[in-house]
Amino acid sequence: MTNHWRDIRHADLMLINGANPAEAHPVGFQWMMRAKIERGGKMIHTDPRFTRTSAVSDKHLRIRTGTDVAYFGGLINYVLQNNLEHKEYVRFATNASFVIKESYNFTDGMFNGFDEAKKVYDTTAWAYEIGPDGFAVQDIDHPRSVLNLMRAHYSRYTPEMVERITGIQRADFLEVAKLVGEMGRPDKVMTIIYAVGLTHHTTGVQLIRSGALLQLLLGNMGRPGGGMNAERGHANIQGNTDHAISWDILPGYLRIPAPGQKNIDDYIARSAAKKLHANSLNFFGANYRKFLVSLLKSWYGDAATAANDFAFAHLPKPASDASWLSIFDAALRGKMEGLMLSGMTATSIGPDSNQVLQALSNLKWLCVMDAYSTTSSEFWREPSIDPSKVQTEVILLPATHWIEKDGSFTNSGRWAQWKEAVLPPEGEARHDHWILAEVFDRVRALYKEQGGKYPEPVLQLVMPYKDVRRPELDEIAKEINGKDLITGQRLTGFALLKDDGTTTAGDWIYTGHYPESGNLTKRRDGIQDPAKNDPTGMGYYPNWAWSWPANRRVLYNRASADSLGRPWDPKRVGIQWDAVTGRWTGDVPDYPATADPAKPDSPLPFIMTGEGTGRLFSNGVADGPFPEHYEPIESPIDNPLHPKVSATPVAFKYDERAGRPNRFGTSADYPYVATSYRLTEHEHYVTQHVDQLVALQPEAFVEVPAELAKEKGIATGDRVRVSSKRGKLEVRAVVTARLGPLTIDGKKVYQIGIPIHWGFVGINTSQHWLANALTPFVGDASSRTPEFKAFLVNIEKM
Amino acid sequence: MAEITPGKAYGFFTDTSVCIGCKACEVACKSWNMLDGNPPVFGDGYDNTGSLDAQNWRHVQFLDNVADQAAGPGQGKAWLMMSDVCKHCTHASCLEVCPTGAIIRTEFDTVFIQPDVCNGCRDCISACPYGVIEMDKQKGVAQKCTLCYDRLQGGLEPACAKACPTQSIQFGPVIELRERAQKRLEVLHGQGVAEAQLYGHDEKVYGGLNAFFLLMDEPEKYNLPNEKNAVLPSRNNARGYLTLLATAVMAVLGGLIAIRRRREKTDDAAG
Repeated sequence: MTNHWRDIRHADLMLINGANPAEAHPVGFQWMMRAKIERGGKMIHTDPRFTRTSAVSDKHLRIRTGTDVAYFGGLINYVLQNNLEHKEYVRFATNASFVIKESYNFTDGMFNGFDEAKKVYDTTAWAYEIGPDGFAVQDIDHPRSVLNLMRAHYSRYTPEMVERITGIQRADFLEVAKLVGEMGRPDKVMTIIYAVGLTHHTTGVQLIRSGALLQLLLGNMGRPGGGMNAERGHANIQGNTDHAISWDILPGYLRIPAPGQKNIDDYIARSAAKKLHANSLNFFGANYRKFLVSLLKSWYGDAATAANDFAFAHLPKPASDASWLSIFDAALRGKMEGLMLSGMTATSIGPDSNQVLQALSNLKWLCVMDAYSTTSSEFWREPSIDPSKVQTEVILLPATHWIEKDGSFTNSGRWAQWKEAVLPPEGEARHDHWILAEVFDRVRALYKEQGGKYPEPVLQLVMPYKDVRRPELDEIAKEINGKDLITGQRLTGFALLKDDGTTTAGDWIYTGHYPESGNLTKRRDGIQDPAKNDPTGMGYYPNWAWSWPANRRVLYNRASADSLGRPWDPKRVGIQWDAVTGRWTGDVPDYPATADPAKPDSPLPFIMTGEGTGRLFSNGVADGPFPEHYEPIESPIDNPLHPKVSATPVAFKYDERAGRPNRFGTSADYPYVATSYRLTEHEHYVTQHVDQLVALQPEAFVEVPAELAKEKGIATGDRVRVSSKRGKLEVRAVVTARLGPLTIDGKKVYQIGIPIHWGFVGINTSQHWLANALTPFVGDASSRTPEFKAFLVNIEKM
Repeated sequence: MAEITPGKAYGFFTDTSVCIGCKACEVACKSWNMLDGNPPVFGDGYDNTGSLDAQNWRHVQFLDNVADQAAGPGQGKAWLMMSDVCKHCTHASCLEVCPTGAIIRTEFDTVFIQPDVCNGCRDCISACPYGVIEMDKQKGVAQKCTLCYDRLQGGLEPACAKACPTQSIQFGPVIELRERAQKRLEVLHGQGVAEAQLYGHDEKVYGGLNAFFLLMDEPEKYNLPNEKNAVLPSRNNARGYLTLLATAVMAVLGGLIAIRRRREKTDDAAG
């Protein structure tokens, strides 16, 4: 989230897309309800299904799954056509006035820079015109200014086109567009809330970027009650991402090095943003080297010296990626020997379960660390598998549950909150990090004994713990914070990091969370005394836990004030310039604390980008500088905007590339659109071990539109077979009008709902069907996140 | 949470307009009160609990009125969700019919079944107009919501109210809750939600319910007796009362006659 949960109560309008917070985030949902109850904020829920969130929203729009780019695109077009954007904000805080190179082109669904052979775009082909001063040329009235190109790009997203693509009827769309258009006023603010419903598409990144563009146009980024707010799926998934449990980054969102990068200079040249405006602070780009060197010092200690480029050579430079899909694709191709799983069950959570089961069967060994047996630790028990054909040696190492260990959870709003262990570990269970530490220690011992190819990265890694096989989370937290190697003191903030090898930081965005004064994530100065603990009254509670970066509660908050530092809305102050003290006050400023905004050379508001502004046009994504609507890989129609380029041309099709048979279906065989989702009663798959929750939702089911059910003679409770090109479910039907037909490009389209929670492990093993048996093995071009949320199925009564 | 003081009347205000059907109340109730729950059954996909009973002292009802339309308002009135519970009636018929005195009104003005006094006669079950009470077959006693009597004695709010994420279930002194409910109703009416109505907040329903509701439709939709019917027979039904009296008189007469005849027989035998 750019903002945080408590902040949502400041919103006048909440657009909820690709999320169902009432069911998936019921506790956080209280803040949306407060916005509604306490300030009369309006809640618009745009979703294929009428869910428990829709039930309390002001308006539900039934949308075809995977078409939110068209919906947001329609809103962007409405705002631009009617001149409803926040003009002062757009000029001040976005790259609207930057001029794009003449080579930029978008025709019939294709941007310029496409490599036909490799099926990728050269993203450097989407670039600014650079002036003689070396900075980007700015002229908002130029025909190729970002704003004018954007107008042209989105002019195709008329209410009629929105209706053809999304199924949202024109009148309903315009009713919402009118509400959204009002949010460009400085005294109004809108939040956009989303979850995996936007990410799980081959256009996932662009679905989210569409919302961000709308928010920038309306001047809602950086403001209390505004922002783009991702609800994260599990208690610490935000912490996981921050610490790089993701294939494309190092801790703190530093890019993973690439082949050919021989030294830090190469790496910085390819990874760090370049300053594109004289007044751009370009804080991230300018300090990239400090963050990387401090990370290398944290990992390799004395072995990282200026002379050896701080052991940059030790970092892997992978030629391929290690995204979920790529890992299992490698196993399918027989290119992977073993796999260690922790904190999830691959069998259930990946797309195309039958293919994943095949991948697991191809392994020599599989090691599962978990508190319970899972569908992965017992994958050979899946009813369709012949165990005699599985060669995989499976090891289940009993791991502690999070309730049995301390450590911090970082929530969706970026607050790292420390928790204590509630129960002692049971039996011989060990913490996951103890298991990994011991495995590493033993591997290191083997390298010491036997040598090996390039042993230094393993031998030289610093393990600064009292017991190298049993590190304490408190020790790791201190290590992540980093220290000054000269004084030996832990640092109070990332501004103190250096690129000369005298500082360490395991994750620069967490530097300052554990200074010498103590672990700030343990702070609990909250609502027991709001007058004292929330001095601004805005709900920042600065001494409750710790929020990255720098304990800042709202990202980009410099944009909550105008160019002179006056808040856009004096009633909802993010930060403001206090000329008397010469400081910014309010939240921790996302800006130099004493930079006088009246000075002509004061930095531009978005300090993290090379432009100094928010980006309406960006070459940071793989599939286009402006979001464009593409159909899901499996779709009932051809794209009405450009039928010849219907789906995204850059989605990586693993089966096709590996020469495996096609596993995508067509609407001739699979006429219904399906989407998968969670229910409030379960938490992914682990709660199949919790009897009270199994009692609340005991059986697998699918939701079927009433009209379709009537056609097929299906009643609630009947057993139905739902099949895709990849697999099937045989489960109960729940017939409801909460799902219904849509008219898409003149064609009647039904959507089927597939809750995901069941499997062949847990209390009720008769409910063995894996929902992901249906979902396609294909993902987003930038993130490689699988398209769980839009695919084609057939349904029959059994 | 302010202090919980014996001698004051406490209860629930359940605001169904903000209920999101998450069932945290059901789970929190079972956890605190150590209820095993019934064997799992598939109901309709969303409501698999079915009803209030010995194992379920909170039950979230789902009333699906959603029209098959491409767009429409939610506003808490299309798909109604309501966390049902014992109403802790002022005129509590369960308490009135209990022959052993097991059902008492506590110092918090709540209705409580003392398990060690209950003899399992089931009179309360048939007396309850809301179908709240059921026998726990293993323990052999009648069970229902205690309004977390043990928690109140320890100064803690009931488990369901504590767990409710949207403040749909609010706990507090009944007087304060009634004021809050009135304000909430006015807000909703001000927003044009004309369907919103309070239920059991005044004496018209069984003398007033300590656990009362803000509903988004007529009470009958939620299987609740409306005001006309929500009164104890002994207090509004003169004809029924007279019939009962007449039956009683006849029974007494019949008894007397029977005894007299027996005595006559005994006399005969003695003679």
